Amino acid sequence: MTSSTLGTPPSGWVNRHVLGFGRHSLAVAQMEIAKIGREPTELLTRAIQPALWLIVFGQVFTRTRAIPTGTMRYLDYLAPGVLAQSVLFSAIFYGLAVIWERDLGVVHKLLVSPASRSSLVFGKAISAGLRALAQAVIILALAAVLGVRLRTDVMSLMGVALVVVLGGALFSTFSFVIACLVKTRERFMGVGQVLTMPLFFASNAIYPLSMMPPWLRTISALNPLTYLVNALRALMIEGGEGTAGLGTDLLVLLAVFLVLVGIAANLYEGIVR
Amino acid sequence: MSEFELPVRPAVLTQALTRRFGELVAVDRLDLEIASGIIFGLLGPNGAGKSTTVKMLTTLLPPSSGRATVAGHDVVREPAAVRRQIGYVPQLISADGALSGYENLLLSAKLYDVPRKEQAARIDDALQFMGLTDAARAMVRTYSGGMVRRLEVAQALLHRPAVLFLDEPTIGLDPMARHAVWERLRESRTRYAMTVLITTHDMDEAEQLCDRLAIMNGGRLAATGTVAELKQRVGPSATLDDVFAHFAVGVITEGGSYRDVVNTRNTAERLG
Repeated sequence: MTSSTLGTPPSGWVNRHVLGFGRHSLAVAQMEIAKIGREPTELLTRAIQPALWLIVFGQVFTRTRAIPTGTMRYLDYLAPGVLAQSVLFSAIFYGLAVIWERDLGVVHKLLVSPASRSSLVFGKAISAGLRALAQAVIILALAAVLGVRLRTDVMSLMGVALVVVLGGALFSTFSFVIACLVKTRERFMGVGQVLTMPLFFASNAIYPLSMMPPWLRTISALNPLTYLVNALRALMIEGGEGTAGLGTDLLVLLAVFLVLVGIAANLYEGIVR
Repeated sequence: MSEFELPVRPAVLTQALTRRFGELVAVDRLDLEIASGIIFGLLGPNGAGKSTTVKMLTTLLPPSSGRATVAGHDVVREPAAVRRQIGYVPQLISADGALSGYENLLLSAKLYDVPRKEQAARIDDALQFMGLTDAARAMVRTYSGGMVRRLEVAQALLHRPAVLFLDEPTIGLDPMARHAVWERLRESRTRYAMTVLITTHDMDEAEQLCDRLAIMNGGRLAATGTVAELKQRVGPSATLDDVFAHFAVGVITEGGSYRDVVNTRNTAERLG
C-alpha cells in the first residue's frame, strides 16, 4: 500500500480541487439517484397534483378565456407553468431530507469527510434536479395527451430537460438553505408552507405579468420561478416566448443557483451544532 | 501494512480547549494528551462535555477558545488535513438506511479519495472483516443494530485513519453485539496501528476496551490514567463504578438534558 493512500490529499491543485469537486459531487449525486429509483410510487403520487392543474384548471380556464394570453391558447400557456410548479413543489421540500439526515447522523459523516461542503451541496442539488426531471417526463406526456402544442425537436426537449434540472437544483438548494437555518422538521414545514404559495402566485406560471398590479409585477421580477416559467415557455411551446429572452432567463437561474450553493455550503456545518 | 511507524507526537493534544453555548460552558479549559496507538476512553455522565469535545476534535464544531491538534494538525487552522486523518462514528446513526451496505462503503471510499483501483478490494475486505459480506447488497434499514455499527466502523476505517473517534459506539446494543463491536475495534487498532478515542458512560466498556481513561465532569477533566491507576486513587478494592462515582460527584443524577435523553433513546430504538 503506497503512502499516497494514507491520509494525504490527491496530488496536484487541479486534481484536488477541480476534479475532487467533480468526483465528490458525482459520488453524492449517484447515491441520491439510486434512492429515487427505489421509490417509483413517489414520482407517480407527486404527478397527481400537476395533472389536476392541467386537466381541471387548464380545461376550465381555456374554455372561459378569462385569462388573456394573446394568440396562445390558455392550455398551451399553462402547461409550462404547471411544469415549473411541479419542479418548485417537488424541490421546495428537499430540506426535509437534509433535516432527516441531520436527525440520524448521516450529515455528521458527510461533514467530517474531506469532501468540500460545496461539492456535497452541489451533488445533492443535481440529484434533486434529476428527480424533478423524472417528474417532468410524466407531466410532458400528460400535456401531449391533452393536446398541448409541444415542441418535439431534440434541441427543444434537451433544453427543457436542462432547465428542469437547473430549476430543481435551484429550489432544492433554496430549501437546503432554509433547512440549515431552521434545523427542525416542524419549523421547516411551517416555513415551507408559507413560502410555496407566494412563490407560485407571484410568478407568471398561471397568468401573464401584464395582469398583475405593479407591486406584484415587481415581486415576480425578483422571483426565480418567473424566469423558470419563461425559459420553459420559450423552449416547450410552439410560438411560446418568455418576457425577458431565453439567455437572460438562463443566466438568472444559473446565477441564483450558484449563489444559493455558496450560501448552503457555508451554512451546512451549522446544522449539526 | 508493514511500513507503519508510530509517530512520537501525541495523536490528540488539547490545550485549554473550551466551548461555550451562550451561558453554558460545555467544555471548560480541557487539557488532554492521547498517545498514539492506544484505545482511549472519555468517560463521564450525560452532559459532561464528551460529545462536544469529540465534535471539536473532528472539526464539526469550532472551539470558543484554546487549541487542539489531531494527528499533528490544528483543528481550526487545518480542518481539511485533520479530516483526511480521522475516522468518525457519531452517536447517531450515520449509515444511510436507504442504501445498501456496499453503497454506503462506496460513498465513503469516494468521498475520502480512495484510489479507484483499490476501492473494490478495500470494500470487499472491510465487509469480510466486519462479517457483512452476505448482507452487502441488502438495504441498511434491514440490518440489526450490531450490523449497522460494524458497517459504520468499516466506513470510518476505509481510508485508514490515524485516529478513529467513536461516540458511544455500543449504545443500545445487546451484549453479544457489543462484544462483536469491541472485538472488531481491538483488531482494527492492531491491524491499522491507529489511535482510538471512544466516549462512553458504560464502565464495562471502559474496562474491557480502553488502555487509558479520562473522566470528564461538568465540562472539565476530573481524572485521567489507566484503569488500574484510577482504581488505586479511589481505594484498595474500588471498582470502576466507584471511580466513576468518586470523580463524577456533584452532577445531577437524573441522566442528562432532555435533548440528550431524546437523542440517546432515538439511537437506541433505531439500533435495537
